[in-house]
Amino acid sequence: MAELKLFRTWSSPFALRVVWALNLKGIQYDTIFEDLSNKSSLLLQYNPIYKKVPVLVHNGKPLVESLLILEYIDETWKQTPLLPEDPSERATARFWAKFGDDKVMLSVWNVFIKQGKDQEEAIVTAQENLGFIERQLSGKKFFNGETIGFVDLAFGWLANLLSIWEEICGVTLIDHEKFPMLSEWIQNFAGAPIIKESWPPRDKLITKNQALLEVYTSKEAPK
Amino acid sequence: MAEDSVKLLGYWVSPYSLKVKWALKLKGIQYQYVEEDLKNKSPMLLQYNPVYKKIPVLVHDDKPLAESLIILEYIDEVWKQNPLLPIDPYERAKARFWAKFADDKCVPALVAAFSKKGEEQERAVKEARENLKILESGLEGKRFFGGETIGFVDIAAGWIGCWAQMTGEIIGIKLIDAETMPLLDSWFQDFLEIPLIKECMPPQDELLEHCKELHTKF
Repeated sequence: MAELKLFRTWSSPFALRVVWALNLKGIQYDTIFEDLSNKSSLLLQYNPIYKKVPVLVHNGKPLVESLLILEYIDETWKQTPLLPEDPSERATARFWAKFGDDKVMLSVWNVFIKQGKDQEEAIVTAQENLGFIERQLSGKKFFNGETIGFVDLAFGWLANLLSIWEEICGVTLIDHEKFPMLSEWIQNFAGAPIIKESWPPRDKLITKNQALLEVYTSKEAPK
Repeated sequence: MAEDSVKLLGYWVSPYSLKVKWALKLKGIQYQYVEEDLKNKSPMLLQYNPVYKKIPVLVHDDKPLAESLIILEYIDEVWKQNPLLPIDPYERAKARFWAKFADDKCVPALVAAFSKKGEEQERAVKEARENLKILESGLEGKRFFGGETIGFVDIAAGWIGCWAQMTGEIIGIKLIDAETMPLLDSWFQDFLEIPLIKECMPPQDELLEHCKELHTKF
């Protein structure tokens, strides 16, 4: 019986972080794909509080919340470390990952679901947030340095989904002139073999995000 | 370690800077405390936390750190005495989970219960009670989240008991019910009785006055 099971959906960017982390460390695991409109009883048993993916089950013990799962993976399997060793660098990495989840993600999403003046304001906020991230890269190939690490995985959704949202909405949020480092990071991250091989199919992502954006945009539209 | 090398920027009423004070005290770390006026933030604060411009900020050897739970982990990694987090990775993951749950789910519901009125307040109270009940399950029947002694989750979430009680007094609705949440209720009481915890708390009467005044603004 497999020791390690990952509950995910084919597209969840949060679950992808865990896929990447396990693949980077060369860890074997079983995948269970969930249909979120019809959640399995196992998922509800393993994550009764949030009822979400990803859930990593290790020797029968469930772990939830993607960034916490990454920390667990890093502490349990020491090869290819995701977090640096130095405590202040670790704190910095955790800070930026949290900033990404708490602020950047929503501010970027808002750009694509809002319209008119609201969208203009959303772009300002998103680009302010992205500016902090841009400066964090400061000439490094990845946030972690020469190799992919915790913060890179945390921001993977940016490399994965941004171009799709930009394509669907015809809005460029991260252009090469304003965000040269971030643009290059996106190329480097998206092009890394371990990351590339787990990308969900682009056409499926476009269809799904088109539908999602329609739903959210109509909610945001002025009444 | 010289007191100069550790500085904490905080605010006397903030439970977030209180958590950091508790952690530093638990580990016996000397530090310089700087009280910030949040209506008139110092250039130092804005320089040290340009992203959020908030307290707490811990400055160690001139390196600033922000976000209270991240600061707690840093303190635990640098000063090994009286560990906050357990050694086992799964237990650590559980501790991090509950600390995050308290911040993400219990606190916003409490804030909403405090600041809203009418139906919105009723919904917030219900949610707060539900989430506190879930938090109780994290105790797993132990005295503290850390076991027999306090640890990461106790320091991260223990303040909620006092604030919830005060909120309950001010809005006239009980949030922590000893009947429906007996373990949580005793946990809060036991936690707040610990000397080092008590010593760092802001004066209760001043805190209550401050919260009452804040409430009139809603």
